Amino acid sequence: MTEQLDEATRLTTQPKPVEQPRRGDLLGPLRLGWRQLTSMRTALLLLFLLALAAVPGGFLPQRKINPIRVADYIRSHGALGRFMDRLQLFDVFASAWFSAIYLLLFVSLVGCLFPRTRLHLRALRARPPKVPKTLKRLPVSDTWTVQGPADAVIDDARSALRGWRVERRGNELSAERGYLRETGNLVFHVSMVVLLVGIALNSFYGFKGTVLVIEGRGFSNTLSQFDNTQPAKRFSPSSLVPFTVHLDRFNATYAPDGKALTFDAEVTWSKENGTPAPYDLRVNHPLVVGTAKTYLLGHGYAPHVVFRDVDGKVIDDRPVACLPQDPQFLSTCVIKEAATKGQQFGFRGVFTPTTVTDATNRVGSSYPGLRRPALTLVAWTGDLGIDGGTPQSIYALDTTAMKAVDNGAAKALQPGETWVLPGGASLTYVDTAQWANLQVTQDPSRLVMLVAAIGIVGGLLLSLFVRRRRVWVRAGTGQDGTTTVEVGGLARTDPDRFATEFAALVQDMRSARA
Amino acid sequence: MPDKGLGQLGDGLLFSAVVVYALAMLGYAAEQATVGARRRVTSVRAASQVLVGSGGSVEVPAETVTTVAPSRAGRAAFVLTCGGWLVHLSSIVMRGFAAHRVPWGNMYEFSSAVAFVAVTAFLGMVVRGRIERGLGAFVMLPVVLYLGLASSLLYTAAGPLVPALNSYWIKIHVAAAILASGSFLLSGVVALLYLLRQRYDRIGRAARFPVTLGAQLPSAAALDRMSYAVIAFAFPVWTFAVIAGAIWAESAWGRYWGWDPKETWSFITWVLYAGYLHARATAGWKGRKAAWVAVAAAVALVIDYYVVNIFVVGLHSYA
Ligand code: HEM
Repeated sequence: MTEQLDEATRLTTQPKPVEQPRRGDLLGPLRLGWRQLTSMRTALLLLFLLALAAVPGGFLPQRKINPIRVADYIRSHGALGRFMDRLQLFDVFASAWFSAIYLLLFVSLVGCLFPRTRLHLRALRARPPKVPKTLKRLPVSDTWTVQGPADAVIDDARSALRGWRVERRGNELSAERGYLRETGNLVFHVSMVVLLVGIALNSFYGFKGTVLVIEGRGFSNTLSQFDNTQPAKRFSPSSLVPFTVHLDRFNATYAPDGKALTFDAEVTWSKENGTPAPYDLRVNHPLVVGTAKTYLLGHGYAPHVVFRDVDGKVIDDRPVACLPQDPQFLSTCVIKEAATKGQQFGFRGVFTPTTVTDATNRVGSSYPGLRRPALTLVAWTGDLGIDGGTPQSIYALDTTAMKAVDNGAAKALQPGETWVLPGGASLTYVDTAQWANLQVTQDPSRLVMLVAAIGIVGGLLLSLFVRRRRVWVRAGTGQDGTTTVEVGGLARTDPDRFATEFAALVQDMRSARA
Repeated sequence: MPDKGLGQLGDGLLFSAVVVYALAMLGYAAEQATVGARRRVTSVRAASQVLVGSGGSVEVPAETVTTVAPSRAGRAAFVLTCGGWLVHLSSIVMRGFAAHRVPWGNMYEFSSAVAFVAVTAFLGMVVRGRIERGLGAFVMLPVVLYLGLASSLLYTAAGPLVPALNSYWIKIHVAAAILASGSFLLSGVVALLYLLRQRYDRIGRAARFPVTLGAQLPSAAALDRMSYAVIAFAFPVWTFAVIAGAIWAESAWGRYWGWDPKETWSFITWVLYAGYLHARATAGWKGRKAAWVAVAAAVALVIDYYVVNIFVVGLHSYA
């Protein structure tokens, strides 16, 4: 194959197969290694490795998502489980091997993008290549003779090739179109890199915090107010957008079979020194304040209790958030109270929105909505362990230094009912509030991600649907005054459609001089 | 509230569609059984050199172009497929009216829609001359099995959506996922047929069932082009679906991507199809190896929908 034909048929910036380095080239092995890394074959291999490496993450529980299931899994699999843990099979997407693969892939990608972009920019400025000597050897070609001078034939051909980039060299015509295919392909690959940059940006400067808010209360977007925070490595608390959110009311509706229909948190929010505004915070409908987004993640019940001292003095008057345990919202509650005389009480039990008791007198809930609410508690007295200064979870009760009241018999309270405890103190279940679990995220990469997403989809569409193709025409007038026209063409993809297009072009050219 | 009567009508229509598809499958099979008698070699293209991008030229073996005279059974099967398609379409529309929402809110509806896309893609490509009608038997068989399994194992009566799904993103993200999945599954079938045909070409007369089926199939090169055409269409759609899913996850859960099992398998599927496209562009990976990648990717897709939804715990499990 002639050099010229080879050049004429290159319709892509695809890296060429790797060649052996010349002898005596000191940088040869390095250069060879680099060319290997940025070759299509390596890219392919790395893509398969990436898919393969993700598979354990698709079957095994992952610590980042569900640490409890991971712990269970390891416990039930003994030595094998521990070995798998050492292989980072429960942290696949943060593992050394997964990271190595995608980093290599992106190094390869960046390494092949530079030469490809340069080649493509050159192709964009270059004129379509010269007409190959033998057009017959192209995948599609045609030849015919007409009466008339060659340059008139070329003029006809030129008008048939409207929309193509055409270059005329004497009585030869080179035409090309579909450059956008390669442009799209490059945009796609570059956008993949931009996407990675966005991910990195978020993992350095992002922030995520969750907070449980009971109806009638609120929070402000400062670090200390969150129950749980996940700041990124380079995140600085001063970049938290200042605003406050107050939960006015929470509504949930359910179908008769207990399936949830809607969740809706009615909040009032305001910026620092701003005027308060109402907002309907729902799933799929977050509150956006600057770069901060507030989401509704979950909800539950908070029975409102009043604790009174022996002499009837109100010690505590507040809703207590209970944590849901099943789809019918059977929820566990813990209440800790310290009376004025130094006596301490701890309560542990369940809240049931629609209470049912089975044959063995166990309480349960048969529906997630509030139909027959009850607070069923067991009480302890003694030392709550809250005076030592060590922080305690408000959702756990340590009864090691306590004695069960009534030998641990449970007491079921309905709204308005009071439990008078031995010694005279009392606990009243007043009514039921609800709580919402809110999450605030600040993601500085949102715009970058949007650009990347558009580039990826747009680039792909161009890359897969635009067809790059070339057509050449040569006209030569013989001694007898007739002109022989030779036409040939080449497409990189979809030969069938190109053949049809080519036939139509030839038809156009021929009919001009019929 | 959902309309029970319309819901049952929709279920009945889906059942009828499966029956009509099954009849069509028999028609195609009958056509295939007599294909030998109606085969005509119409033209022979000589061995020729075809230019390739980087490395000069390759020999393309002589390709005999054969045509098969149409049979009455085949034509009837095609008409039946179109009829079944209409019934299938009306069952999906009926579901939407019954539930007052888009008809793809649970796995049962989703499976029906995916099968519908696969049949639509098949019919569309037949009409445009990009796929051969004769493949009908091989397309209808998985469609019938799939719809049968989906409507018995995954059956869900028409009802409202759970709140997490209640967003306009379900229209965008899930519609794109269905469109891509139906096409990918079709391409998986065509890739398997390619492998069958290719194996038949290699071992020829020594072949035993099921490789002997290869004799009835279009040429390996044609099958390869068909599966590429379908994947080239579906890949950007799938990419869009995954991105739309990430945007939805961000507005529902406050994060784009969390490597939830469903997300992980969508990612694996996506990477495998990207691998397929690269493989086709890389010398030495064309043909058989690329076809195996297409099959593996389709398997990953099935895992994504069925194994993950049914067996693996995650946020997405909305069975
Ligand atoms: C980050 C992972 C990558 C993904 C997801 C990816 C995906 C894709 C896709 C979908 C195509 C379209 C194929 C077509 O036009 O039919 C493509 C083409 C291409 N990719 Fe990648 N790619 C990746 C990495 C790379 C790397 C590392 C290289 C460098 C060697 C590379 C080089 C190419 C080339 C040269 C083409 C054009 C092939 C052709 O049409 O001739 N890609 N890629």
